[in-house]
Amino acid sequence: MSYRTAQIRLVSSHPEVYEPCDDSFALVDALLADLTNLLEHKPSLCIEVGCGSGYVITSLALMLKEKVPDTYYVATDMNPDAVRVTRETLEAHGVDAELIITDIVSGLEKRLEGLVDVMVVNPPYVPTPEDEVGKSGIASAWAGGEDGRAVIDRILPIADTMLSERGWLYLVTLTANNPSQICRQMRERGYASRIVVQRSTDEESLHIIKFWRDPEIRPSLKETTAPNSESLLSQFSRFSFWKGGNSGGSL
Amino acid sequence: MRLLTHNMLSCNIKGVTNGFPLIIEAEKVLEKPVDLNPDFLRNMFHKVEWKALVDAAKSLGYSELPESVDPAMLESPEFLHRFHHALLELHLEEGALVCPETGRKFPVNKGIPNMLLHEDEV
Repeated sequence: MSYRTAQIRLVSSHPEVYEPCDDSFALVDALLADLTNLLEHKPSLCIEVGCGSGYVITSLALMLKEKVPDTYYVATDMNPDAVRVTRETLEAHGVDAELIITDIVSGLEKRLEGLVDVMVVNPPYVPTPEDEVGKSGIASAWAGGEDGRAVIDRILPIADTMLSERGWLYLVTLTANNPSQICRQMRERGYASRIVVQRSTDEESLHIIKFWRDPEIRPSLKETTAPNSESLLSQFSRFSFWKGGNSGGSL
Repeated sequence: MRLLTHNMLSCNIKGVTNGFPLIIEAEKVLEKPVDLNPDFLRNMFHKVEWKALVDAAKSLGYSELPESVDPAMLESPEFLHRFHHALLELHLEEGALVCPETGRKFPVNKGIPNMLLHEDEV
């Protein structure tokens, strides 16, 4: 029996693991909507950060299984129960991924720099008090700190480092996360973006955004820690008289 | 955990500079046959740290990999078979990954490495 996406009745569960929900379904729908491109892309290495129940990585592996049979899948979660549940979900569908219990991709950054062709992230995006972020158990699946951005803002520079030249990032965001600002920040790193799926439910409005490196976009920022002063500096550096007239300047 | 994954992992403790490759302490090793794809192996050949793979395979009891390699070997079906077996068919099921610099052990249970750090290691 072969399925196009993971079947809910075959998805394993645990009281401390986030079950597939509207955001998971929207992310899988985005991957399905982009499937023609993914099949042409023929990713060698796909990573899901925060795999939870395993619904998304299992679905991705099922989608690509026939036409891109040799893709290597890696899935991470900081919740050990989630990683075990993901293993069961993968096995129930007859697909395979390498699993690692870790914070985002800690331990993989050095060796996988510039090697990831597809990165899929359904981050903890719910605005919560900062001290709820990164707690053990199921809360780590949603607690996103101020504006729900605490974990997202850590993931963006990591994604930039890990993605290959042709790499793609699919990211779930909530309107409260200010997705247009996320797109602007990624643009400063040289990425174009597109909303693949937009979905409003009773409780939240979700955007699934795809990012890819666009050679037309020149990265303007290396770090975004101090956007105001940085952008001012980069504006100044564009004035040719400034460069020419001050040979001692480091701008 | 496959040895390709082992080849991707380094010790993530703050301040550690020589955290690769992690030393394998194997308690239980599994072999799971999968189809061999020469294109995948040729692609991965250039990404793998060879010595780390040779040592990792040995620690799982497989000593059939040559100590040194060159890309011309990828034409040999016998070499591809050994490379494939070491990279994708051997699994560390139970054991630990040990940081070569600090000796910190990261446990591997049911094939899943746990790379979570303690508060004083982040």
